[in-house]
Amino acid sequence: MSDSIPFVNYLVLGDDPHLVAQECKACGARFFDRRNACAGCSGTEFQSVDVPTQGELRTFTIVAFAAPGIEVPFVSGIVDCGGTSVRANIVNVEPSPEHVKLGMPVKLTTFPIGKDEEGVEAINFGFEPAA
Amino acid sequence: MASEDVFILGIKMTKFGKHKELDTVDLATEATLAALADGGVTMKDMNIISAGNLMGGALPIAQVIQKACGQTGIPAYNVSNACATGATALRVVGMSIKAGESDFGLAVGVEKLAGAGLLAGGSRKSDGKSWERSGRYGAVAGVDGRIGTDIMPGVFAQIGMEYGHKYGGANFELFAEISRKNHFHSTLNPLAAYTKEMSLEQIMGDIMIAYPNTRPMCSANCDGAAAAVLVSGSKLKTLSQQQQRRAVKVSASILTSDPYEEACQVLPNVNTLTRAAAKQAYEQAGVGPEDLDLVELHDCFATAELVHYDNLMLCEEGNAVDFFKSGATWRTGSMPVNVSGGLQSKGHPIAATGIANVWEVCHHLRGEAGPRQIEGAKVGLAHVIGLASACGVHILESNTA
Repeated sequence: MSDSIPFVNYLVLGDDPHLVAQECKACGARFFDRRNACAGCSGTEFQSVDVPTQGELRTFTIVAFAAPGIEVPFVSGIVDCGGTSVRANIVNVEPSPEHVKLGMPVKLTTFPIGKDEEGVEAINFGFEPAA
Repeated sequence: MASEDVFILGIKMTKFGKHKELDTVDLATEATLAALADGGVTMKDMNIISAGNLMGGALPIAQVIQKACGQTGIPAYNVSNACATGATALRVVGMSIKAGESDFGLAVGVEKLAGAGLLAGGSRKSDGKSWERSGRYGAVAGVDGRIGTDIMPGVFAQIGMEYGHKYGGANFELFAEISRKNHFHSTLNPLAAYTKEMSLEQIMGDIMIAYPNTRPMCSANCDGAAAAVLVSGSKLKTLSQQQQRRAVKVSASILTSDPYEEACQVLPNVNTLTRAAAKQAYEQAGVGPEDLDLVELHDCFATAELVHYDNLMLCEEGNAVDFFKSGATWRTGSMPVNVSGGLQSKGHPIAATGIANVWEVCHHLRGEAGPRQIEGAKVGLAHVIGLASACGVHILESNTA
């Protein structure tokens, strides 16, 4: 089981992979990073909440020029998952404006990005068109 | 007691472009001495200096400038606020004058950026031998390109596309047409880094960086500096008729940061803080967008210019596409925007930009802009935004009325 690990702390693997946000108990603002306090209300108490795995592509770009080692072109986008915005790559779609459409429904998917020397596989997430 | 009015007494930008033989000190000194001469004053008159330089490491650039052209012992404020650094330096000096601490002050921004490439997301650390979590997201390796993009052309592409999604009508061709306008404008600006007109086909056919931003639709990395000498209203009254006539009133000087709202830590929201800054600036100056004769706004990418038409309230909310299509923002239109050529063609030496755009507006308000003069310009607005995030808005008025 420990042969694979999530790429980031806010990705939960298993039968039903999903993202987890830190939600401010006072105002409901949601964050994906380790928090000290809330940017919305300065509250300091948070609870973990599951983020819907289905969403709508609110904006995107197709990156054609990036740092060495980054495969281009790729689609970067912001997905509105039931009111929680998520930054991700849009995958399993041809990276062209003819195929990637603003407002299109997408769903979370996971995929391996490689193994380290101990054979542990890191699993990343992206969003793919929800046919 | 009412606080002091603030005026720009002298202001100057260097030629933007590749300055192989000149370093940061050369460029900053050139702009500083020229701004002092333009105002008819010297370093000895200055009561405060504020300066910024982002790419030069930890150098205290204000003291470096003093050591290059006049160490007088005055307080020096080194400021850093990304692309709003120049505007921040200007505002620090203005606040000191308003507070009654200074009669005269100097603000400088300088950058060596020619050939710099991507400023964010220019490199991603290679994956380690074993996955190890680091950072606030607990990522086991570099995230750029794996969870969206860090590069500015991509971030601002998403900002423009988001506007298109919300209001419709924005497409690749429209964004390219905005870029065509700015490149066309730069043909009249001898200090611009690029002064070549480009056709829509050339712009759209150029190297794609991050759709829909091709290379000429991105701000041009270049070298340059800009400096401004500010003076209090009461001191100005004691100066010569010529100095008083050429002085430009700083009717509003506003700086905002981005307020929290959903998604702003996922994709920077450049709209909230720009709209807030514009609103405060119009109130402080007692003018409205309809009173502006020209605007220099932060077109770091063609996709950014569109959203700022809306944020600066140059058009009705949601109407930026139609506003641009009406021709309003060309130099012959009702609301000329970026007649300097903007960041896409004049260039963007980041810390200098927030003073260089004020210089452009002053140049017109003084009636000294030569072939690119906007005739009869009396009121202008200069806007910058730096991630993540600071927004500077200055409203300037001619003093000849």
